[in-house]
Amino acid sequence: MLAKRIIPCLDVKDGRVVKGVNFVNLQDAGDPVEIAAAYEREGADELTFLDITASHEKRDIILDVVRHTAEKVFMPLTVGGGVRTLDDIRNLLKAGADKVAINTQAVNRPEFVEEASHRFGSQCIVVAIDAKAMTPGHETSRRFPDWSDERPALFLAPDEPLPAWEVYTHGGRHPTGLNAVKWAAQMEAFGAGEILLTSMDRDGTKQGYDLPLNHKISETVSIPVIASGGAGTLEHLYEGLVEGGADAVLAASIFHFKEYTIAETKAYLSGKHIPVRL
Amino acid sequence: MIAVIDYGMGNLRSVQKALEAVGARAVVTSDPAVILGARSVVLPGVGAFRDCMNNLERLDLVEVVRRAAKSGKPFLGICLGLQLLFNQSSEFGHVAGLGLLAGKVVRFPHPHRDPAGGPPLKIPHMGWNTVHIERPNPLLADFPNDSYFYFVHSYYVIPEDPEVVATVTDYGGPFVSGIHHENLYAFQFHPEKSQKNGLALLRKFSELR
Repeated sequence: MLAKRIIPCLDVKDGRVVKGVNFVNLQDAGDPVEIAAAYEREGADELTFLDITASHEKRDIILDVVRHTAEKVFMPLTVGGGVRTLDDIRNLLKAGADKVAINTQAVNRPEFVEEASHRFGSQCIVVAIDAKAMTPGHETSRRFPDWSDERPALFLAPDEPLPAWEVYTHGGRHPTGLNAVKWAAQMEAFGAGEILLTSMDRDGTKQGYDLPLNHKISETVSIPVIASGGAGTLEHLYEGLVEGGADAVLAASIFHFKEYTIAETKAYLSGKHIPVRL
Repeated sequence: MIAVIDYGMGNLRSVQKALEAVGARAVVTSDPAVILGARSVVLPGVGAFRDCMNNLERLDLVEVVRRAAKSGKPFLGICLGLQLLFNQSSEFGHVAGLGLLAGKVVRFPHPHRDPAGGPPLKIPHMGWNTVHIERPNPLLADFPNDSYFYFVHSYYVIPEDPEVVATVTDYGGPFVSGIHHENLYAFQFHPEKSQKNGLALLRKFSELR
């Protein structure tokens, strides 16, 4: 039976893990390669690096990180952050990444996802969606991407019935007016192999995933969905998989600060009859 | 020395590094002389069947791969490298494969209904699933039956000869996840991404003579 996946996520800036990770027996708690190897020993199912390097000149550092990780770690590695061209994807895959996550550039130019999946295969193209719930009396954003006239149906209507979610880009800073559920379906149609779905409302709050958002998108698309943003307890992971209908759960702080090990997490989920790889 | 065939498809570095991690010497190459001179050959591959065949043709590697596979030396296909061994794929119409084994490559149905009554199963089949050994072979000796391996694919093979089926995996019903025929070994999952079970399989492959 296909196991539900548990995916730790590391934020990497200029080749270093941001905020640090609280592992025992690590010589360098900021070294993404060492942390990746530690997660492999713990039995993580996959690993995600989110590159938040701001400066363009330092963007190649992540390639070195990926290269060194691929020498030590034999599980799937996804790399996201700043992926804008087919060359960016080729370089990451050549360095040893298995999948790349595309976020802002998909919104800038949706055809990029189509080109990328044709060139490299859907299996390595993850579309990352940062979504925020609309509140009553909301105003939809006016920061439409410049192609909005071509596909008006993807955007939130002024009287959009709730619940509804808006797509944000640039690390959650820019609202786009895009309807997250329709956007996910469009990305599947353009060849995305997986959706990495982050709730901007829940990210960093430890209050649990946005379950209605996850459920809605998971039932809309036929590709796997990774729930992200808000995991604070093991029960949150369980809820994401069951009520959210997610195929995988991604979390950062609860693993990095050793609130729970991967083994404890899987034992808990297994005890609640979730298929996991023990 | 093990030749990992480079035809511009997939994460070859991972395959090479995994072979090196189990003590094998591996080179990534598209040089026919190196491929035919190697002790063993690995045909990896991800992406689309048609693109893979096109690339093999463009690099004049179709006959080289066929010769390597028929030479009797250990030959390992991974993921698309399994599918390519068969006659044809139904991906984007019909595309001819290498024709080393009789059978076809088909897509999981869409929607892929869950016989257990849950929501439709997601395609691609992505993640860790168990591999059930139908016919033991040397590569499968170092891990328990029904161990987990990492999969990512939307198509699977249907061999004509059931005798070549080495392993099966369940995803809305059983499908063939591994084959073995003489010197040919091939798996739908990615041993190079399957941690210690995958490395155990690759170690066994590297020890074949």
